[in-house]
Amino acid sequence: MDIDVHKVAMLSRIRLTDKEAAHLGPQLGNILGYIEQLSEVDTTGVKPTAHPHDVAMPQRVDAVSNANRRDTLQKPAPNTESGLYVVPKVIE
Amino acid sequence: MPFSTLSDLKARLDAGETTAVELAKLYLARIDAYNGELNAFVDVDHQHILDQAKASDAHRAKHGARELEGLPIAIKDIFCTQDGPTTCCSNILKGFHAPYDAHVITRLKNAGAVLLGKTNMDEFAMGSSTETSAFGPCRNPWDTARIPGGSSGGSASAVAGGLAPAALGTDTGGSIRQPAAVCGITGLKPTYGRVSRRGIIAFASSLDQAGPMTRTVKDTAMISAVLCGHDSGDSTSVVDAPAVDWLKACEGRDMKGLKIGKPKEYFVDGMDAAVRKSVEDALAKCVELGAEIVDISLPHTKYAVAAYYVIAPSEASANLSRYDGVRFGHRCENPDDLLDMYTRSRDEGFGDEVKRRILTGTFALSSGYYDAYYLKAQQVRTLIRQDFLDAFDKVDIIATPTSPIPAFKIGEKADDPITMYLSDIFTIALNLAGLPGMSQPCGFVGGLPVGLQWIAPAWREDVLLAAGSAYEAATDWTTKAPASFGGAA
Repeated sequence: MDIDVHKVAMLSRIRLTDKEAAHLGPQLGNILGYIEQLSEVDTTGVKPTAHPHDVAMPQRVDAVSNANRRDTLQKPAPNTESGLYVVPKVIE
Repeated sequence: MPFSTLSDLKARLDAGETTAVELAKLYLARIDAYNGELNAFVDVDHQHILDQAKASDAHRAKHGARELEGLPIAIKDIFCTQDGPTTCCSNILKGFHAPYDAHVITRLKNAGAVLLGKTNMDEFAMGSSTETSAFGPCRNPWDTARIPGGSSGGSASAVAGGLAPAALGTDTGGSIRQPAAVCGITGLKPTYGRVSRRGIIAFASSLDQAGPMTRTVKDTAMISAVLCGHDSGDSTSVVDAPAVDWLKACEGRDMKGLKIGKPKEYFVDGMDAAVRKSVEDALAKCVELGAEIVDISLPHTKYAVAAYYVIAPSEASANLSRYDGVRFGHRCENPDDLLDMYTRSRDEGFGDEVKRRILTGTFALSSGYYDAYYLKAQQVRTLIRQDFLDAFDKVDIIATPTSPIPAFKIGEKADDPITMYLSDIFTIALNLAGLPGMSQPCGFVGGLPVGLQWIAPAWREDVLLAAGSAYEAATDWTTKAPASFGGAA
């Protein structure tokens, strides 16, 4: 299968070097080629399974259960300032 | 002593013959002596481990022993632990310290367990050999030129090599059972929804489940009794899951009246003939113990790997979108703009296998391909699940080989994704169906362990434990340990 690996990589927000693209592109094609055998299976009228059990999503009581842990949760961030995450400029 | 079972260690602690501190020192000495060779652990904090052990001995003296008081348990690096790093063995999380413990880690701590460091794994649990780890490959104690299986290979290698008496793993497509099999230990993947996934770094959310990796069936039960139970913080943790009496289930010593299904699709040409013979011999032993073998068919088995390699990468591509260099993890140097920061951080942080899976998943979910790939795979998943439901009308439990081959050599399949994916061919289907499964040792081929896999209906882990306990009591495979690590092979 012929795949535009750079397009898929951009959708994935991964920059591939040309060397990586040359290596991963054909492998991706092989993987998708293997997966194509699914088309042999007759799935007419078969419902899709997204969750292995037929259960309803449980609901918790509608009450605040989290304390404010901003400082702890921001500790692993590469760059923060005044409680905000710092990223490169997004507006020119 | 390093190859003692968890239940033996518990008995010795309870009898006052040893202490948590003595056990911690014993396993730390084993790790110091052998981890250089095995690379089973990626983080071990001696002082923190001794502190936990001291606290456990103090708790025992003052308040009595909790369920796992003083017992050392190694933790796969996929579980968030607030004391020390959690990296999922990926460069994108190098240096990450989780701000909270995974729910199951809290449960182990509350039961008095001593957490014995973080174990090696395939990056983000994507692999079958623990070769894709950012910390380098882990090795199999039965033959250090070979892989320990994956993705929970570090946990399996640590237990098999006597560096820990037990460990936690996670299983998305076989990542507890396959390494347990090729390292000659016991590993249980509980029913999906039985164990909370909160704080376990997500790979494929509709498949991931945590479970124990131990030397015996009873040891898996001891840990499962603590791990399992509803967590209001995980919406996929089932509220009213049928209860199992974990320890009582291990009292099984015969298989009278047990109907064991033998699926023809799991005994096929192309698998290792000696592996097949080991499993056939195990089934013959089950017949001696009173079981009846029933030939069954699970006709959609051949499509399980293909369906899995749509569903798991699709979920992974969504789950791994959080690694963007903003809130935690690796950020590239001097990004030109936001897009450059995302794309370069992710290129630098992820290894090849993780990239392959993200690309596969992104493609399967992309516009124009969704119906042909993702929806189709979910429909095939329904058929695979239905195969099992039909089979369990006729039998109580299903027995198969865990892996079609024993441990292969490091590097042998590293750049051949499809061949690597096929090493999980016997373990993947039950994840798609959400069923519980267990692997236990059932022999050796050329000095390498072979695993017997049991599959039970949803919520019937007790059936796995009863059959496994009866087989274990009638054989002596769990007493074997690799001679080069001081065991009696």
